[in-house]
Amino acid sequence: MLGRIFPHPLLSLVLTLVWLGLVNKVTPGNLVLGVALGIIVPLTTAAYWPNRPRLRNPLMAAEYALVVLWDIVVANVQVAMIILFKRNADLRSTWITVPLDLTSAEAITVLAGTITMTPGTVSAMLAADGGAILVHCLHAEDPDAVRDQIKSRYERRLKEIFE
Amino acid sequence: MDFWAELVIAFFLVVSGIFGFVGSFGLIKLRETMQRLHAPTKATTLGVGGVLIASMLYFLLIEGSFSFHELLITLFLFLTAPIVAHFIAKTFIQANIRPSDVPPTGREHGWSMYDDPPSDRREE
Repeated sequence: MLGRIFPHPLLSLVLTLVWLGLVNKVTPGNLVLGVALGIIVPLTTAAYWPNRPRLRNPLMAAEYALVVLWDIVVANVQVAMIILFKRNADLRSTWITVPLDLTSAEAITVLAGTITMTPGTVSAMLAADGGAILVHCLHAEDPDAVRDQIKSRYERRLKEIFE
Repeated sequence: MDFWAELVIAFFLVVSGIFGFVGSFGLIKLRETMQRLHAPTKATTLGVGGVLIASMLYFLLIEGSFSFHELLITLFLFLTAPIVAHFIAKTFIQANIRPSDVPPTGREHGWSMYDDPPSDRREE
């Protein structure tokens, strides 16, 4: 019964919270409207996610968010330093291939987004079978180390969260 | 108390100004499109983030109310920035990069822009 009203409890919760954030004021009326949205939107869109991702490990998701936030700050400083103090001739930009162990499309999407937001790397393309991701590095002294860091720092955690 | 609040807020505004500037400067200074892509996806995140933190602190410390809007802007920014960067990268690759310019996938199938996906899997 509960499963029929809330086919996707996490989405319902997020929608309600985002609604409350948008109106920027928590009143009973807004809460009712937010919960109504949280029920109606997942119900009407349920058909479009036949196999939606499951969060296996919410605690790990929180840890992942913190790690990524911290890395974004570090990435900003690093990239700013490179832009300001490195001569263009000294830049060693390169493409690297990161083989993926992840299989779910959602996990790969999160990983690609994370790669783009974090130190010196932008994700550019997936292999046709989704088994590898092409990453562009702004400045990589050691491309293999960058690849290993992506795998151990982000992919390992995502694997625990989604799979 | 007010002085310290203002000092902290001003600090975040200055930080965000610096990073916003560096991000824009990178667009001019770097030479290749793929390199330029790094400047706006990273340096400006902290640029926008600094303004948002300053705004939250202002409402919290000086106006005495809490505003959720900044958190939502952060959320939407983190969702959209990588996607836009990905679009630009894809367009650039499509127009300028040949398969021989990028490293191999190390798998049976090539990169998605040059090779067809295996027929038994849905497209990703």
